[in-house]
Formats: sequence, C-alpha cells, structure tokens
Amino acid sequence: MVMMSYGQALQSALDIALEKDANVFLAGEGVGTSIHVDPNLPTHGLLEKYGPGRIKDTPVSEAAIAGLAVGASAMGLRPVVEIMFFPFITLASDMLVNHAAKLRYMSGGKTDFPLTVRVKAGVNFGAGSQHSHNLEAWIAHTPGLKLFYPSNPADAKGLLLEAIFDPNPVIFVEEMLLYWMQGEVAEGAPPVSSGKANIVRDGTDCTIVTYGGAVHTAMQAAETLSKEEISLDVIDLRTLVPLDENTMLESVRKTGRLVVLHDANRFCGYGAEIAATVAEKAFSSLKAPIMRVAAPDIPVPVSPPQEAFFKPSPEKVISAVRAIMG
Amino acid sequence: MNDKFLPVGVLRKLYSDMALIRHFEDKLVLLAQEKSRVVGMQILANGQEAVAAGVVNALEPDDVIVSNHRSHGHLLAKGADPQKLMAEIMCKATGVNKGKAGTLHLAVPEINAIMTSTIVGASPPLAMGAAFAQQYLDRSNITTVFFGDGAAAEGSVHEAMNMASLWKLPVLFVCENNCWAGAQHLREHSCVENIARRADAYDMPGTTVDGNDVLAVYNTASDMADHCRKGKGPAFLETRTYRMRGHGEHDPCHYMDPAELEKWGLLCPLKTFRKYLEEHQVLPTDQINDIDRKAALIVEEAVIFGDESPFPAAADALNDLWIEEENRH
Ligand SMILES: Cc1ncc(C[n+]2csc(CCOP(=O)(O)OP(=O)(O)O)c2C)c(N)n1
Ligand SMILES: [Mg+2]
Repeated sequence: MVMMSYGQALQSALDIALEKDANVFLAGEGVGTSIHVDPNLPTHGLLEKYGPGRIKDTPVSEAAIAGLAVGASAMGLRPVVEIMFFPFITLASDMLVNHAAKLRYMSGGKTDFPLTVRVKAGVNFGAGSQHSHNLEAWIAHTPGLKLFYPSNPADAKGLLLEAIFDPNPVIFVEEMLLYWMQGEVAEGAPPVSSGKANIVRDGTDCTIVTYGGAVHTAMQAAETLSKEEISLDVIDLRTLVPLDENTMLESVRKTGRLVVLHDANRFCGYGAEIAATVAEKAFSSLKAPIMRVAAPDIPVPVSPPQEAFFKPSPEKVISAVRAIMG
Repeated sequence: MNDKFLPVGVLRKLYSDMALIRHFEDKLVLLAQEKSRVVGMQILANGQEAVAAGVVNALEPDDVIVSNHRSHGHLLAKGADPQKLMAEIMCKATGVNKGKAGTLHLAVPEINAIMTSTIVGASPPLAMGAAFAQQYLDRSNITTVFFGDGAAAEGSVHEAMNMASLWKLPVLFVCENNCWAGAQHLREHSCVENIARRADAYDMPGTTVDGNDVLAVYNTASDMADHCRKGKGPAFLETRTYRMRGHGEHDPCHYMDPAELEKWGLLCPLKTFRKYLEEHQVLPTDQINDIDRKAALIVEEAVIFGDESPFPAAADALNDLWIEEENRH
C-alpha cells in the first residue's frame, strides 16, 4: 500500500491502463495541456509520458468527444474521454444515451462499446449551476450505462481501472474537491470492487446509504452521533449502476432505519430509488419512515451563504437520524 | 484609422467605454488575489476591450446582446451599472441578479443584455431565438451574440448559423478570436485560422477585422448591424484579438508563448486608440486623462458599493426558481 491523493490514484489507474493496453487512449479538453498545473490532477504528466497520439486534446466539442468514444470503441479501442464538468454532459448526452447505451442491445448483442467517460462533479467551488450539477440520476435512469462514483483514493484507482477494462460503457464520476484527499492505495491493479458496496462504518441503530463526497458528510455525522450513543451503519455504494442491493438490505434488516444521503437534488434523485428498493424489499424490518437528505430542488447557487445552504451538511444528516430514532 | 470621419462624440464614447472596461477588469485582477473579495473564477477581458466597445456602440439601445463567460466588457459597454455589476461579481444581494449570477451568468435585461451562458457555444442558439422573436414581432432591432474561437467548434454554433441564415434572422454573430480556448491554442483547436471563413458555408457575409482596432470593429459592426436590420439575414464578424490574462485569474499561463503575449501587449487597443486620438488631435491629452481618471473613480465607487453590500440570506436561495402565483402575468 502507498499513500497518495484521490487525483494521483486516478492518474495511476490511467497510467496502468495506458501502459497495459495500446488500445487505451485519452481525449478531452485539456487532458494533455491544461490551464491547471497540479500533480494531483488525474491527467497530469500523461501527455509527456505517452505523447499526443494517445493523449488527445480536443476542441471544445462535447458531442464530438463522446462520439469519438462511441465510434472508436465500436472498432475495438478503449477510449477514456473526459467531460470537464458534469453539467456539460448534456452536450454529450445524445452520443451516450441514444448510442453508447442502446446500440449494443439494438444490434442484438453484436456491437460493443468498451468506453469510459470521466466526468468531474462537485458543489462548493463558487462556479454556479452550469458547472456544478450532479446529474447521476439522469445517467442511472438510462439502461445500458454503468455508473461509478468513488469516494476515496483506493476506490478511485480500483474503479477507474475496472471502468476502463469493462466491456460496457461506464460513466465515471470524479469528486473534484476530493482530488487532494490522501489515502492508502494498493500498488498495481487492486481487486475488483464494482457492484460491491462498502460498509465504511459498522453500526446498529440506523443505516446511511450514500456515495461520492457525501460519504464524508455521513462519517462526520456518525462521529458526532456516536457521542450520543447512536451508532450508524454507513454504506458507500461505490457504483450506482450496478447497485449492490444486498449490502444495503442486510444493513436495514439489522438497524431497522434508513437515511439516504446525496449531494444531488432531492426530487427524483438517486436516493428515491434506494428508498423505493428498501421499502419494497425490507419493509417489514423498518421501524421508522425512510428519510432522504439531499440538496433542495434549486440549481446550485453561487453566493457563498447560499451554496453552503444548498449542500447537505452533517447537521442535516444528524437531524434526520434523530427524527427517526424517536 | 478613422477613414469614415466619425464624430468626436462617438470617438470619446468608444474610448470611455474601453477605459471603463480596462479599469474594471484591472481592479478584478487585484480583487481576485484576495480570495474572499470576489467569488469563483474571474475570467476577464483585458486586451479585448475594443471588441466590446466597438461592437456594442454600433448597436441601438433596443438591440439585444447575448454574452458568454467573458462578459464584463460587453455588459459595461451596453450600459450596465458598474456598481450593481461589481456587487454581483462579489455575489452580493445588491448585485444585478441578487447574487444569483455571480461573475459568470450575468443577465441585465433592463439594458437588453438578456442572457449570459457559460456553456461554451450556447450563446449563438440563444441569440438566434431572440432574433426570431424580433422578426416575429416585427421589431426593427437585432440581436448580437459574443462567442469565442473555442466556441466555434461546438455544433450548436453551426446549427444556429444555418437556421439564422435560412430564416434570415437578424443575428450579428461576433466571434472574439483571442487565439485560445482554455490551454489550447487556435492552431490546436481549429482547422481554420480565420473562423469567418465559415460564414460562407452558411451563406452570410463574414469578415475578419483587427479586434484591437476599435474603429475597424465599430465600422464593420455598424455595416453588419445595418445589414441585419434591413432584413437581409445574419452576418458574421470575427475580431482577431488576444486574451491578455490567460483563461482566468486562476491560470498560471505556463503553456503560453511569452513572445506571443508580448507581441500582443504592444498592440494594446487602449494605447493604440489613445495614440490615435492624440496624434490626430481628436481629444487633447488632458481630456483623455480625465476620461481615465473618471473610469478609475467609477470603479473605486463600485468596489466600495460591493464591499459594503451584504450577501444574500441563505434561505433566499429558494426564491426565484418559479414565478409565484401572485406574480403571474
Ligand atoms: C460546453 C462547455 N465546455 C467546456 C467549457 C469549459 N470552458 C470554459 S471557457 C472554455 C474555452 C472557451 O474558449 P473560447 O470560446 O475561445 O472563449 P475564451 O475563453 O477564449 O474567451 C472552456 C473550454 C464550458 N464552459 N462549456
Ligand atoms: Mg478564445
């Protein structure tokens, strides 16, 4: 194990994939030369190592970037393309939703799309809702797209490698503000973890199901509540598609309570799917209503007090837990 | 420069607008260094003042503009209140958009600056729609849209150009070619050096002018605005200029060629125009200095106004998404 940042872990995964398979290439706006210089950024240094034939800076053309990935993957390459910020995926969505997701099915299983789309997500950097908008529910609602969302350096590396070598299209969400977060990471290619949720804290009173940066919000809440003798079982889903139902159902059967937490808007958010699944499959274990802690149903504001208001905080998790602890 | 013999009033206005934009952006350079003074990325238009001033002054007050992420100059030239603009850039409650826009999404519809989008390439289709409304409502006004050389690679821009031309919509497409899209140089992101060549493919007049020569910009924009206003359809103006401060204040510019930057620094649109005004005795030096002093003062007052203004209340984040029932019209 080595200590490295979330961003370096992603970089290490890209490096291993590029090294291992000549069919892997990177493309996106600034994946080679970026306006940012920081060794913690995922594509830092890769142009120097692999050259412009494999690390391709593109024009500002998201539809074409996604089309590049779909077309090249149909020919057997393993494209890893970057969409700079999550809201810009709307410009790429025709290629991803109508093509990457559907064409294998509609070819009767004849055409494959082993592509990865890396997309940066995050609230709280003051850029506003055209740069900050967590759209994971849009992706998850499209059959045919996998969706990975790592919360820590080890998962960042492991899941990105899996995404790249997965024969299916994967949307890989990077939590931008975690790029500098340090953690222990396995050397080489870590063991498979997609489709397997992670129990990051073992508890008995209430289950928190969450993913991405919100995992850290949940852990802070758990820390505070442990002082009141309330113990939380915190589950990091790691991959939203596929969803590891068993881990969360087992947890709810144990605790009898569920709070779902995410940074995305509440209405029709991914948390609604979690709540519905638990209500359908573990109803008899529930001792209290399922609670959702999510962002209010507004675009991400820019003004600091309003952006802070928007982001689900540990305090909001704590109130939700208290409300159902009775 | 002034082969069209523009009146002194116009020349003075052009210089005043450029001076105001330069002082405003220079101030933001300083404020951006103090983290808490302004919020978010500061994407500034230093070096591109002649485009904003030249184009906007060629328009009628009722003409509409749609802008992009590098919008401060366009809005100041159009007549936005510098105090409320500065307050908005600071995300304060007194800003033009109550702190909901910040630096990147400024909308000042009261001066017909109806929208700003930071989605690169979004502005041209939005402008096309506004121009459709002008045609539909039989107005004599036009819509001008500002977008970059980088944006010209987005499909949306091409769709907007085709539709605007097909329907003869009054859109003046202004492509501010500042040689860069993020860290990608024009030659790395565009297959043509002059984006205006694409106008021909959409059957509209297209011209490339020196974007640091405010009179060239003003004169060409005036002719093109006239063309659009007469119902002859859209026109395409490409202004060659340079992004003097990198993509934004957070950009260390390590990938830029210092020699290229220096070359363009010598072509500073304000210096050039000032020299012209002095040499041709259009304005005496002391009057030009007065204009600069006044611009500096306006900016100082704007900063004080912004600093003294409160942030919006956190819970006001919930307002403005919907038109409430009682405000329906
Ligand atoms: C759809 C979309 N893709 C990418 C970005 C990130 N981005 C912001 S500005 C910019 C460069 C745009 O270049 P250009 O259009 O020439 O405008 P300039 O910044 O040079 O004024 C990029 C890539 C964005 N805001 N929107
Ligand atoms: Mg540009």
